[in-house]
Amino acid sequence: MTAGTLVRLAGRALGRNRMRSFLTTLGVVIGVAAVIAMTAIGEGAKYRVQQTFESMGTNLLIVLSGSSATGGMQGGFGTQPTLTWDDLRAIQTELSAVKLAAPVLRTAAVVQAEDQNWTTGTVGTTPEYFQIRNWSVSAGQPMSAEDLSAGAKVVWLGQTVVEKLYGAGSNPVGRTVRIKMVPFQVVGVLAKKGQSPMGQDYDDAALVPVTTFQAKVQGGLSKFLPGAIFVSAVSADATGRAQQQIAGLLRDRHRLAPGVDDDFSIRNLSEIASAQEQGTQVLTTLLASIAAVSLLVGGIGIMNIMLVSVTERTREIGIRMAVGGKPGDILAQFVVEALALSAGGGLIGVAVGIGAALLLAHQFHWPTIIRAGTVVVSLGFSALVGVVFGLYPAQKASRLDPIDALRFE
Amino acid sequence: MAPLISLEDVSKIYRMGEVEVPAVQHVNLRIEQGEFVAVMGPSGSGKSTLMNIVGCLDRPTSGTYRLGGAEMGGLSRARLAEVRNRQIGFVFQHFNLLPRTSALENVELPLVYAGLPARERRERAFRALEGVGLADRAAHEPNQLSGGQQQRVAIARAVVNDPRIIVADEPTGALDTRTSLEVMQIFQELGRVGVTILLVTHETDIGRCAGRMVAMRDGRILSDRRQAPMRADPSVVPTPLEATA
Repeated sequence: MTAGTLVRLAGRALGRNRMRSFLTTLGVVIGVAAVIAMTAIGEGAKYRVQQTFESMGTNLLIVLSGSSATGGMQGGFGTQPTLTWDDLRAIQTELSAVKLAAPVLRTAAVVQAEDQNWTTGTVGTTPEYFQIRNWSVSAGQPMSAEDLSAGAKVVWLGQTVVEKLYGAGSNPVGRTVRIKMVPFQVVGVLAKKGQSPMGQDYDDAALVPVTTFQAKVQGGLSKFLPGAIFVSAVSADATGRAQQQIAGLLRDRHRLAPGVDDDFSIRNLSEIASAQEQGTQVLTTLLASIAAVSLLVGGIGIMNIMLVSVTERTREIGIRMAVGGKPGDILAQFVVEALALSAGGGLIGVAVGIGAALLLAHQFHWPTIIRAGTVVVSLGFSALVGVVFGLYPAQKASRLDPIDALRFE
Repeated sequence: MAPLISLEDVSKIYRMGEVEVPAVQHVNLRIEQGEFVAVMGPSGSGKSTLMNIVGCLDRPTSGTYRLGGAEMGGLSRARLAEVRNRQIGFVFQHFNLLPRTSALENVELPLVYAGLPARERRERAFRALEGVGLADRAAHEPNQLSGGQQQRVAIARAVVNDPRIIVADEPTGALDTRTSLEVMQIFQELGRVGVTILLVTHETDIGRCAGRMVAMRDGRILSDRRQAPMRADPSVVPTPLEATA
């Protein structure tokens, strides 16, 4: 028999029991739909994690000063200034894996507008910081080298600060605020950045040139850098290399003998990001595996119905054998029927799964990503389920004795 | 020339648990091409078992069965299916048509397994239906046909692949006298064009339509004689014939 004849035959047989065929495929439909929806949600979660980490900065490394020890009490990182301005310059210029580096000096300070005030994290930094953190200016002008060299009393406000001082959506560019009683001109508003992975509000910040910060907001020692250095590596793959280079450079510059602990620490955010991504990946795989189990259950449903069908159609099998149907022909007929059930269910499942993923994306604003690979694999798997679970009933049919089969009532 | 059908010392023993039931015992039978043979006997005489062996549905326990000179005993199930497909046509008591399948498609069935292309199948099946006078019922399903019509569809299916032998097991058992004679008329016409027919029946009047009568009892051949066949004429049905064993 040709493949076309077999398929037509299967279509006819399944069409005769439409309701039963539909209910039988339901298991596979649900299995495939679940696999596709679950992986779409999982991929979406992964995408979200990536987005969050990208919002912190591109290929970001944070270098912190060491800890101070006062009377046996160890302070946290950054309590003892060990990083120097020369360290910053060296990181900026000497290392091949480093693209940009910027100082980040931070203090909590009250920002006063005409009739409102708000305590926020005031940060002194350089123009590179905006690039490292992928942070653009939504109104006004960006920080320039002149602002830095002149020690200009200018400030860039985050969205949250703007909201608290002037109300949402207002444009305060050109106005004057006071930080620690020093008047600053608002020259820019920062684009909205959202929350950090730990829930900290990025937009609750005021940025000033680092020179002005030291002169007017919080003075410090001229040699040491009383804060952190934000570094961006040349590429995502280079973050590890950049980390090693910075560590080597700083140990050299701080003349640390081998075996002595670092007097600084480097946070590699790409590592944290990839750990988080792996976490969501595990979750996705877990969800998809559970869904795949239901696909397997669907296969058992198909086997069950095929067994019933073989018994019901014993006489038909006998007739087919009497007029010349070989055992192989009978086997093929029932396997193709099972395959049609499972593959048909798979196709419907793909449609339902994609529909469910889109609905979730629309209703809950959750990003869902459907990969072609997932669709192909789950379709292939459902077809495989049909063949595997259809084989036993088909074999049972093909081994019937034609005389017994013809006599069957 | 070797006979078309040759059974030599053929026995068939069924095993029911510990008990062995001999259905056919040491049967010798030769049938030439074109003969119309009626095998008669009461139920349990082994006539159906014999027919199943001749029809290649069953294999003898001992003895040899040759069809057209070829030994059938050692053939695989698939090879036997091929022999049935190309050389043998079956007609059963209860028609054995596929339900919810049109008459035309039922007749096409042997050609499907012969591997013929769809168009040729359709043409030949339609011609076979014409041959039994049911061209206008081609699209009907079995439950829309009378018993006699169903049996004629079954005959069309039996002859569609031009077999050398037609094996008919009680073909009139479920039909009234008039339609029985109609069916016998078709068999007689087929016999005239050289098809070998083996007819199993326990109705004497049906058996008289054949040119040779083999009587069986308890798995053995009791008698085997030639006879002048009675012409089956459905237009002359005098009184209801009694179907007795």
